[in-house]
Amino acid sequence: MKEETLNIKPMETRGFRQFNLKKKLRISESLIQGLLFFAGILSIFVTVAIVYELGKEALLFFNDPDVTLGKFFGTTKWQPGIGQYGIWALVSATLTTSSIAILIALPLGLASAVYLSEYATQKMRSILKPILEILAGIPTVVYGYFALLFVTPILKTIFKDGIQVYNMLSAGLVMGIMILPLIASMSEDALSAVPRALREGAYAMGATKLETSLQVVVPAALSGIGAAVIVGISRAVGETMIVAVAAGAGPNFSFNLLDAAETMTGHIARISGGDLSYNSIDYTSLFAIALMLFLVTLVLNLISQWVVNKFREQYE
Amino acid sequence: MSEQNQNYPEGSAFYSELRKRYLTATIWQTLFLSALVIAIISLTALIYNVLDGAFGYVAYDYKNDPAEFTSTPIHELTKEELLTILKAELSSGAYNKLDNEKKMEDRSQSDLYILFLERLVQIDTKATWSMTDSLTRGDEIRAEVAEKYPDAELEFRSWLTPQFLTTPMSSKAEFAGVRTAVLGSLWLVGIAILFALPVGVGAAVYLQEYAPHNWLTNIIQTNINNLAGVPSIVYGMLGLAVFVRVMESFTSGAMFGVTDSNGRTVLSAGLTMGILVLPLMIINAQEAIKAVPDSLRQAAFGVGATRWQTIWHHVLPNALPGIMTGSILAISRTLGETAPLIVVGASTFISLDPDSPFSKFTALPIQIYQWTTRPQAEFHSIAASAIVVLLVLLLSLNATAILLRNRTQRKW
Amino acid sequence: MENNNYAIETNDLSIHYGSFTAVKGVNMKVERQKITAIIGPSGCGKSTLLRAFNRMNDFVPSCHVTGELLLDNQNLYSKDIDPVEVRRKIGMVFQKPNPFPKSIYENIAWGARINGFKGKMDELVEQSLRSAALWDEVKDKLQQSAYALSGGQQQRLCIARTIAIQPEIILMDEPASALDPISTLRIEELMQELKKNYTIIIVTHNMQQAARASDYTAMMMIDDQRAGGVIEFDATKTIFTRPGDKRTEDYVTGRFG
Repeated sequence: MKEETLNIKPMETRGFRQFNLKKKLRISESLIQGLLFFAGILSIFVTVAIVYELGKEALLFFNDPDVTLGKFFGTTKWQPGIGQYGIWALVSATLTTSSIAILIALPLGLASAVYLSEYATQKMRSILKPILEILAGIPTVVYGYFALLFVTPILKTIFKDGIQVYNMLSAGLVMGIMILPLIASMSEDALSAVPRALREGAYAMGATKLETSLQVVVPAALSGIGAAVIVGISRAVGETMIVAVAAGAGPNFSFNLLDAAETMTGHIARISGGDLSYNSIDYTSLFAIALMLFLVTLVLNLISQWVVNKFREQYE
Repeated sequence: MSEQNQNYPEGSAFYSELRKRYLTATIWQTLFLSALVIAIISLTALIYNVLDGAFGYVAYDYKNDPAEFTSTPIHELTKEELLTILKAELSSGAYNKLDNEKKMEDRSQSDLYILFLERLVQIDTKATWSMTDSLTRGDEIRAEVAEKYPDAELEFRSWLTPQFLTTPMSSKAEFAGVRTAVLGSLWLVGIAILFALPVGVGAAVYLQEYAPHNWLTNIIQTNINNLAGVPSIVYGMLGLAVFVRVMESFTSGAMFGVTDSNGRTVLSAGLTMGILVLPLMIINAQEAIKAVPDSLRQAAFGVGATRWQTIWHHVLPNALPGIMTGSILAISRTLGETAPLIVVGASTFISLDPDSPFSKFTALPIQIYQWTTRPQAEFHSIAASAIVVLLVLLLSLNATAILLRNRTQRKW
Repeated sequence: MENNNYAIETNDLSIHYGSFTAVKGVNMKVERQKITAIIGPSGCGKSTLLRAFNRMNDFVPSCHVTGELLLDNQNLYSKDIDPVEVRRKIGMVFQKPNPFPKSIYENIAWGARINGFKGKMDELVEQSLRSAALWDEVKDKLQQSAYALSGGQQQRLCIARTIAIQPEIILMDEPASALDPISTLRIEELMQELKKNYTIIIVTHNMQQAARASDYTAMMMIDDQRAGGVIEFDATKTIFTRPGDKRTEDYVTGRFG
């Protein structure tokens, strides 16, 4: 054995050593921690910047002597250039398209989730899940193309002259397909989180798989499913490209699915895409709409997070 | 027998009841599955719809007969012949302008051929047909063309060609390409990742390894989750207000002596995208860091490592595949997002390659949007081709992500 | 010098998680170049106490320590002490082997490198592996993954890694609990070899191991407030043959609980 030859001296020969354990000043260590903290806090600045910039311009808009809250929330014509400020002309289209989307995505998404979580074999899942993932990864502008050039012509053969070339139905339907994977995957997470014991309890009482799924598992996962729906709504409200391509260009206060109408997002995209001079009422009005969008989606997201957190505590 | 027992169906009654329950179960199971079938059909329809538009018959007419310029059949023209024709027939002003953009002698045969068709022959598309129509109703189409456009030539055309990738934009669909758009998209990805990767990983490291459990950390975390749900067009408004307007002297390059630009540059758009993908980046990096086992950190601390040494040498290398997957998701998002680019001010028509952060720019999804919303059918065809390019890009990125994910199963 | 015989001393050391006291009022003087075992029923705070010795408890957010932990007359918990330096002087081997996902060589070299080792790395690696009785088994595969080693080899690698940074004290937290009997025996033999140069403090739930391998034994037990404490600390021989405390006697003879 060639032990204790070089660096490690036997303790006897080392003798008593004085240690210096005092804190060292580790400059790079503190510097790095400072930088990382800054990276962490940056996201707060982003939120502050959003609220500040949207708020500032929106305030300019509402401070215009011509604009009143009564006009803004109380009328149904939107054309800031000639003094019409009725936000309902845009909100109506957002509500209509989002409602169609949720009506499509909720039942389909939920059914997909139940099938994937309760029925599908491992092999089926490995085929079906990637398909949903691909669907979720397709850029929305491509969905816009699909809505305008595939779904609309089909609707046209069904409704003939009753339907306009740009219409809310086509945009809403395609938006539903776009949101489907989101609702399916969030709901599936919620369903899989339901403890096995609960399912076994139901089976042990002679319930069929369907009775267990629909009457025991789905109710137990209801808050998670609710959160999925809320996130889905938030996504639909904020979606821009599908409606910009397929729903129509021009505010139109209408709840008729076959009409063309412009959503809040579609309006922002169309107006900001053109030549826009700063400090004009057109410019500031866009920020007022964006602020509304931001607040609505923020509230929806906060509710959904709150629901998910509450749900998580139940099984821990 | 107790009285309660008699309230349950027994024997054959029970079995018929059970059969009914099973029938209901089967019906519902079919319904559940059909939801997924609808999803599959939608995806198939979408892909079919895109491919259907990218290939098909085109009827076009020559404004000027090619025979006026040359006796050779136009498909057989060589580069030299084309050069001579162009030099002879174009006005000297037009020729010099083209020569200034890129030396005529340096251009390829196909480039010159396109110029020949575009400038001299002045091709004019009369009508286009989808792939399905072209394949199933070929005879009808030929008859229709012969009747309506007696002078027109009918050709089965793939709109998606190598030239489509390498030629810049054009106001004529026949000659348009996505070169500037693809380059613009790459610039965007580069700038966005350069910003979001270090900041996102830094934030994730801070939150997972340093942050104390207090109200501030809670706020940061909730805030990140919320930012992930903010509509992308709102980020566009933020970019417009902050990068395009407030920071104009920086983003336009005026600070660095660039003069011919305003704030609507690829830099502004890239930074907007960077902020947009930041929450995604942070959340994914956090998950990756969380998955690094604690025993590894303890082992490092146990041999006297500082916190940063532990993170840099052990935590980050082990979280790397997860961080890479997150980056690829961020890149995919940057490639596909359209709305913020419209708001920040992508140019709709630009034929020069973006060559600096202060260039005006366009991007693939912007072109798809522009061409889709044009009324002429030939623009829908190039929109479809551009979609194919975009989807192939995204698909190969995602395949890389899956490969990376599988490699993480290996321990090191 | 009076403290020359003691590697580390505790002075009324208590460990708290938030408002809960996990370990209360520990007074121990751990002799140099000896093996000191900490035994006691599960949940009595053995590991918590051990981790307090090199400030690994710093990473538990709600954990704080009162009393004194003295190394060379310095209280390791005073504000001006650098925990990184402490861990460099007091190494630790964990319950489950936790080699780095790197090569065998790198596992040892990394700790030395970050601590500014300037000697010949190859020699240090060989030396450390020899000291941990692992050299002959791994000398031909130093560049292979440490994960390819068996559990017992991994644990000896972790010991080698600790030796390489030349600490004064090595803490071992049930180092053999995840190992088979033969590997356990090898670790115990290794400990006897190592105590020539190091002070070893080991937590074990294995009575025989404590009796076989240690020179001193600290017996821990929880009181009625569920706080752990050292109820008896003496030479191992004494603890196992004529314990002073009835509870110790019950525990070491297996009549506990």
